[in-house]
Amino acid sequence: MKLEFPGYVRDNGMVGVRNYVGVMSTVACANEVVRAVKNNVKGCVPILHHQGCCQLPPDLEKVENTLISLGKNPNLGAILIVSLGCEGISADKIEKALIKFGKPIKKVVIQEVGGSFKAVELGSKMVAELVRHISSCKRDKVDISNLTLGIKCGSSDATSGISSNPATGVAVDMIVKDGGTVVFGETTEFIGAEHILARRASDKKIVKKMYEMVNDMEARAKSMGVDMRKGQPTPGNIAGGLTTIEEKSLGAISKGGSCKIKGILEYPEFLNDRKGLFIKDTPGREPEALTGFVAAGAQVVVFTTGRGAPQGHPIAPVIKVCGNPKTCKNLASHIDVDISSVLRGDTTIKEAGEEIFQKIVSVASGEKTRAEINDYNETMEIWVKGPII
Amino acid sequence: MEKLALVINPKDNVATALKDLKKGFIVVLDKNEKEVKVELCNDISLGHKFALEDINKGTKIIKYGESIGTATKEIKKGEFVHIHNVESDRGRGDLK
Repeated sequence: MKLEFPGYVRDNGMVGVRNYVGVMSTVACANEVVRAVKNNVKGCVPILHHQGCCQLPPDLEKVENTLISLGKNPNLGAILIVSLGCEGISADKIEKALIKFGKPIKKVVIQEVGGSFKAVELGSKMVAELVRHISSCKRDKVDISNLTLGIKCGSSDATSGISSNPATGVAVDMIVKDGGTVVFGETTEFIGAEHILARRASDKKIVKKMYEMVNDMEARAKSMGVDMRKGQPTPGNIAGGLTTIEEKSLGAISKGGSCKIKGILEYPEFLNDRKGLFIKDTPGREPEALTGFVAAGAQVVVFTTGRGAPQGHPIAPVIKVCGNPKTCKNLASHIDVDISSVLRGDTTIKEAGEEIFQKIVSVASGEKTRAEINDYNETMEIWVKGPII
Repeated sequence: MEKLALVINPKDNVATALKDLKKGFIVVLDKNEKEVKVELCNDISLGHKFALEDINKGTKIIKYGESIGTATKEIKKGEFVHIHNVESDRGRGDLK
């Protein structure tokens, strides 16, 4: 029998591990209203970013599609869209796509309702009704194949590549073998390790796309005419013992486990009903990478860290796993799974991986992560490739 | 006996410290089921690397059995291996 967890089964059959109303800003200029609404009503999460206008059409489309995908995430039971009214992306398109997907959607347009005070008042009332509406949804037992996990490493050091990342790889294999789904990315951290990942692709098209994706990322870094060191690896990574991007990458990819890679997703892409292990084209930086995984449909994220990173994400609980004994002590209030015993030789990678797996199931069932308890969840961003104009 | 450092792959020419280690320490390592003894030329912090053998300038530094960059100067056995003596081969917009 497959492992089960209690989740929120939505009308479209998808399963959330949290039950929030998303208050979604369509453009940087609507963020203040979103924040005020969030402060007025309990049970909602803010979807804030700095995109949505004065960008070239491919980026505008990317932002629009990423917001639609975020709205589809099953942790959100309903959504309020907050638009300024003159932005480059279309709030109507987002609204239509999410209504079609079967979610309760409301919209408020700041310029149409008479300014920010009115938008906050109307938006707060709308969100209050949506919270009332979704709060009757109860958790029901579902099997683990309904789970989509995002995986990320951040503020990495040399312990990440020898403990927390390979241990996460064990948990990833357990989820994929049980019929679940895992998404990983951070294309920058494939540089120097792409040939190893390529061996795990389930067909040649995936290999070709992966090399194109990595070359594109490296070419953009090189276009600045400098050595990318300090950008990647970061000064923090370097202080933690990581010398080059190749070393960082070789340590990073082990968190993806050992299963075949089923496909590659563009940044805004939502998985829908696809299952298995997928790669998503994202940068390494946390706010953009986490948003990419949540936009794919991840209800939970495992985030390995060496030096200690506090942030979560508004839509999905983020589980912090750490293998560095100094960090586990210094930043204990940010670490959910302390596997520093691996470095001492008291715990095997497999045992640590099983502990991470148990934590994923527990968090999916309702256990709160440190980032949720600490209320450190607002930072997010949408990745764009072109200039702000 | 407590493990002080780790050789991840038998092809590696560097090891990773599993705790803060002092200059002059003699670290006994397991490489390809053979015992390797290395006397440290520098203090090596947790997570940082030292050379398992003498490494010539221009030689690839191998960790996880794969290249992580190139030695920019001669590195002695037991010496600290990091950004002062290793450069990346990737993402180098500064090289034509």
